[in-house]
Amino acid sequence: MCLAIPVRVVGIDPSGDTGKVDYLGTKMGANFALIKDIRVGDWVIVHAGFAISRLDEKEARETLTMLREVQNAGEA
Amino acid sequence: MTTDLFHDRRVTAGLLAEIAVLARKAPSPIRLMEVCGTHTMAIHRHGLKVLLREAGVEMISGPGCPVCITPDGFHEAAIRLVTERENFVLTTFGDMTRIPTRLGSLQTAVPARNSAVKIVYSPAEALDLARLNPSKDVVFFGVGFETTIPAITVTATQALAEKRSRFSVLTAFWTIPPPLRAILTSGEIRISGFLYPGHVSAVIGLEPYDFVAREFGLPGAVTGFEPADILLGVRSVLEQIRDGRPRVENAYARVVRAEGNPAARAVMEKELEPYDALWRGLGRIPGSGLRFKPHAAPIDAAVRYGLRPAEDASDAPGCRCGEVLRGVLDPPQCALFGRICTPDHPRGPCMVSLEGSCLVHHKYRGPGPSSKRKS
Repeated sequence: MCLAIPVRVVGIDPSGDTGKVDYLGTKMGANFALIKDIRVGDWVIVHAGFAISRLDEKEARETLTMLREVQNAGEA
Repeated sequence: MTTDLFHDRRVTAGLLAEIAVLARKAPSPIRLMEVCGTHTMAIHRHGLKVLLREAGVEMISGPGCPVCITPDGFHEAAIRLVTERENFVLTTFGDMTRIPTRLGSLQTAVPARNSAVKIVYSPAEALDLARLNPSKDVVFFGVGFETTIPAITVTATQALAEKRSRFSVLTAFWTIPPPLRAILTSGEIRISGFLYPGHVSAVIGLEPYDFVAREFGLPGAVTGFEPADILLGVRSVLEQIRDGRPRVENAYARVVRAEGNPAARAVMEKELEPYDALWRGLGRIPGSGLRFKPHAAPIDAAVRYGLRPAEDASDAPGCRCGEVLRGVLDPPQCALFGRICTPDHPRGPCMVSLEGSCLVHHKYRGPGPSSKRKS
């Protein structure tokens, strides 16, 4: 029920509240009313057609770095 | 953005090894509740239920399936609407149409003349249907936790602004922190800590869980949904136990901000008010439901149609969904599980919802009994 997917914003309608996102190559409509200052290229989490959070690239990189360390420790 | 590392076998093996060491050193056996149904599904799908048990961590599913915890009275009210009213469209999410009640389900119900049940993926689709069918009453039967409530509320305010007077919302809105308090206060099960739901937390932030550490001394981590995310959440809880410092850790920081989503919360606070809601299996919990404030009455299907969901609706005979939702019963311990109650012929909502514990268990572990839970 609370399944939500990370997608990239590829278009914003003139109203600013709706637009298109790309999910694995498929363009879908989405509502951005709950996200401030949405921009094309943003990664957002979409649930039931509504973006509920913008992905934080810095935090994502930090998590990936941490996982890479775990991966490398396993190889050592 | 690459997600490969979140599924990488060496990463998950490495995290599981760390978790096993932490669990071995813990003063008592570790039993963590994953509150969220989406976590339950992910944990089973990726085989983590078994792998974590082997690492010394027992995962217990909580009340985080909104379709499951919505009492039958709500479903019956929706069935009555579409079977008794002509020129009427009842829209809702797919799982909601298959919940068995005393009146059958929305799927088996025979709608009145020119009426229909339509499955939608988004509340916005329900409003689109209302725009396309101005001569019909359109109701969105909206169920959800804080993840979903803002989307439905935005849709409702949009309909109000458009003066779309034949569109309304039947709310079955539930909030996550109050049932956690109810479960902890009941003392019915022993829990060492929580995996908090990732997407509910994207809306409400971290603060609403503070009482768990402060009042009950239990650790917890807001957790994402990929295999490595889940293991990072479990590791965080075990580290908190090791350090004797229970708190609310954010193990899903790429999505969840400490303050949540203030815009989403503002929409909810403007239009909705808390009430003491009745949950399947958990009973009445103070402040655990949300409903429209009086100023939003025109959009409130409960007001428009004078609905008062029956509170006497009981579960199907033998169905123990309520105990499953409280985390006190493993699905295979129910006498109906896999024999009388199956995904094709569900007797209760936990076997219907894609995130219901019984359906998830049946799908990934089969219909047979599993090892009995130690309590």
